[in-house]
Amino acid sequence: MIMNKLIVSLSPHVHSGDSIEKNMYGVVMALVPALLCSLWFFGLGAFVVLLTSVLSCVFFEWSISRFILGRKELTITDGSAILTGILLGFNLPSNLPVWIIIVGALVAIGVGKMTFGGLGQNPFNPALVGRVFLLISFPVAMTSWPESGSLSYTDATTGATPLYIMATAISDQDASLLNQLPSAFDMLVGRTGGSLGEVSALALIIGAVFMIWKKIITWHIPVSILATVFVLAGVLHLVSPCYADPVSVVLSGGLMLGACFMATDYVTSPMTPKGQIIYGVAIGFLTVVIRAWGAYPEGMSFAILIMNAFVPLINNYCKPKLFGEVSR
Amino acid sequence: MKTFRIGGVHPAENKLSASSAIREAAIPKQAVFSMFQHIGAPAVPVVKKGDVVKVGTLLGEAGGFVSAPIYSSVSGKVSKVDVALDASDTRRMAVYVDVEGDEWEESIDRSTDLVKLADRPDLDAKTIVEKIKQAGIVGMGGATFPTHVKLCPPPGQKAECVIINAVECEPYLTADHRLMLEKADEVLVGVQLLMKAVGVEKGYVGIENNKPDAIVLMKKKAEKYPNIEIVPLKVKYPQGGEKQLIDAVIGRQVPAPPAIPINVGAVVQNVGTAFAVYEAVMKNKPLISRVITVTGKSVKQPSNLLARLGTPFQQLIDECGGLPEDTGKVISGGPMMGKALISLEIPMTKGSSGLLIMNGKEARRTAPQPCIRCAKCVSACPMGLEPFLLATVSSQHLWEAAEQNNITSCIECGSCAFTCPSHRPLLDMIRLGKTTVMGIIKARAAANAPKK
Repeated sequence: MIMNKLIVSLSPHVHSGDSIEKNMYGVVMALVPALLCSLWFFGLGAFVVLLTSVLSCVFFEWSISRFILGRKELTITDGSAILTGILLGFNLPSNLPVWIIIVGALVAIGVGKMTFGGLGQNPFNPALVGRVFLLISFPVAMTSWPESGSLSYTDATTGATPLYIMATAISDQDASLLNQLPSAFDMLVGRTGGSLGEVSALALIIGAVFMIWKKIITWHIPVSILATVFVLAGVLHLVSPCYADPVSVVLSGGLMLGACFMATDYVTSPMTPKGQIIYGVAIGFLTVVIRAWGAYPEGMSFAILIMNAFVPLINNYCKPKLFGEVSR
Repeated sequence: MKTFRIGGVHPAENKLSASSAIREAAIPKQAVFSMFQHIGAPAVPVVKKGDVVKVGTLLGEAGGFVSAPIYSSVSGKVSKVDVALDASDTRRMAVYVDVEGDEWEESIDRSTDLVKLADRPDLDAKTIVEKIKQAGIVGMGGATFPTHVKLCPPPGQKAECVIINAVECEPYLTADHRLMLEKADEVLVGVQLLMKAVGVEKGYVGIENNKPDAIVLMKKKAEKYPNIEIVPLKVKYPQGGEKQLIDAVIGRQVPAPPAIPINVGAVVQNVGTAFAVYEAVMKNKPLISRVITVTGKSVKQPSNLLARLGTPFQQLIDECGGLPEDTGKVISGGPMMGKALISLEIPMTKGSSGLLIMNGKEARRTAPQPCIRCAKCVSACPMGLEPFLLATVSSQHLWEAAEQNNITSCIECGSCAFTCPSHRPLLDMIRLGKTTVMGIIKARAAANAPKK
C-alpha cells in the first residue's frame, strides 16, 4: 500500500539549501586573505599561534559537549569552533606562548560559549571573551607585538604599534610623536605591528566584501562602525592635532577586524537593520572614547563586548516595520 | 521592474511543465464531490442515493452567504452521500457519483466561440455577481474564498480597481501560465466582467517576468480591451499573496488584520477565477473543471491537465506516466504552501492548482539545529514580522507575547522556514501560535460582546 509510504509534513516542502556550515565556512573563506597576510608578515609565529588556537578551540568544544554536557551529537563539524579559533588567533600577538593560547581557547569556548549552552546561546562573542581574559591576565605578553616581518616564533623583534604611538601622543599632548606612525599605505597592506590577523586592513576589507556579496552579512554593522569612528576621529583631529588623523585611526589596530568579523557575529549582534546600525554606531563611539581616553590603547574588543550586552535590549526596541505600517 | 517592498525569497522555479499545452484529462469512473471545496460554510447536499445527474446538475447548495454551491462534473448515478477524505486530509461530507456516459445539462453552451462583452449589453453588475454566485466560483489560486463575497464590498467601501493575480509565484506550477497562453481572450473578457461587477474603470493583470511569452501575448491582446493594463513583475516569492500583489501593482499596503484589500480600494482575483467567471457568465457553465499542473522531477510527463472536479488524484498521476518508484511525498498545490496528501484516492477540488510529486530524498526534512540568530528569517518575512521570535514564544506557549508581536499578520507563506540555515521548523511553531491566538481573540470578543 503506497498510502502508508507517503511522507506527510507541513509546508514549506522545499528549502533554500542554506546551512550553518555554509555560513561558518563562508566566513572562514572570507578570512583567507587576512590569514595569508598574517603568514606573510609573521611567518612561523602566525602559523603556531593559529594552529594552537584552532585545535584547542575544537578540542574544548568536543570534550565539553561530550563529557560535561553529555551530548551525543557532535557539533564540531559545524565550523563555529574553527571560526572562533581563527578569530581568537587573529587577536593575539604572533609570539604568544602556546600554553597562554590554550588557556585563551578554554576561556573562549568553555566560558564564552559552552556555559551558555553552546552555539546560538552565548550573549558575548566567544573569541573576544578569550582575548579580553588573556589581555587582563597576561598584560605584558599580550601587548608586546612583534614587528611586521619578524617571521620567527621565539625571538621576534617587538616594537611600538600605531595605537601605542597614538595613545602616547594624546597622553603627552605631543603631536610630533604622530610622525612616527607608519604611512596609511603601510597600514592598509599590513606592514605594521599588531595582532597577527588585524594588521592588513585591505585583506580584511576584501573578506568583508566577499561576505556581503555572498549575503552572509549585511553592510549595516561594518559600515556604521567605520563611519562613526572616521567621523569622531576626524572631529577630534580638528580640535587638536595630538589626535591622529581619521584615516590612520580607521586603518590601525583591531578596528577593521572587529568591524568586519567580530561585531558581525550572528549570535551576538542585533536582528534588524535599524538595531544593527544603533549597535554599530555605539561600538564606533565606544572604540574612539576608549582609544582616546581609556587605560588601554585599543578599545575595539571592549566596545564590542559592552554592546553585546545591549543586544537583547536593542532587539526589544528595534522591531522591523510591520506590513501596512508603511505609508499607503 | 515592480515588486513588493518587504522581504521575499527566490526558490528554484522548476517550471517543468511550462511548455506542455493543456490537455483534457479522461473522465473518471467514479467522481467524488466534497461539500467543503471553499472557505466558509460547507455546501448542503441536495441529491440522494440513486439520483441521476448530468454534467452541471446541482449536487449541493450554498450553506450560507460565505459559501458556494457544488455541481456535478460528470453524468451518472449518485452511489452514496457519505464522508470522504479531502485534500486537507480530513474526512468530510461528499457526494459520490458513478459515471455513465457524458451527458450535459442543456443550459450549458459547450461551443468554443468567444463571447465578447459587447455581445451581451444586457449584463449589469448585479446579474454578473448573481451568475458568479450561482456557478459556485471560488478563488482558484488555492485560497478558495467564494468570489461573489469579494465582489460585494461591505457598506462604505468602494473598489477602485480589479487586480488579476497571474503571478503564479509557487515553484513548479504552470496552470495559470498555460491558461493565459491558450485562453487569453476568455481571461480578458473575464477581467472585464469582474471590473463591471464591482463598477471600476481600471483592471491590472500582474505577471512575473519568468513568463515572458505570456506577458507579450497578454499585452498584445489587451490592446483591444480598454483600461486593462498588463503589469510585468520582478520574480519574487510570495508575490501571489494578495497583500504583496496589491503592494507590487499599485503600491498600497493593506493594514494589519482585520483590514482587507477593499480598504485600499483593491479587489484581487486569480487569473483562473477570471476564466471561470467568463465561462459562468458567457457560457452558462458552472465551475466543474479546472486546469491542474501535475509535476515533479521524477514524473515522466509533467503536464497541465484540464480535469473534471472530483477526479481522484491517482488518475491524474496515471495520465502523466504513473507514480514514480522513488515517490516520497505528494503535495496538493505548490511546494511552498501546498498540503502533503495522505492518500491518492483524494479527489481534486476547486482549489487544486497543482499536484507535485517529490522523491524520497527531496521529501525528507533536515534535522533542525540551534538558532544562530542570523536574522535571515527577519529579512525574508514579507509581512515585516520576526519569525524567530514568534516561533520561540509559540513553542513556549507565551500567547500574549505572540499576539503583541503581531502573529495574526502571518500569511503562512513559509519564506522563514525556507530560508533558515538551521532548518528550524519556524512555520510549524508559528501556525500553532497563530491558531491559538486567533482562538483567544475570538473568545475575548465573544466575552466582551454586549449581551442580547
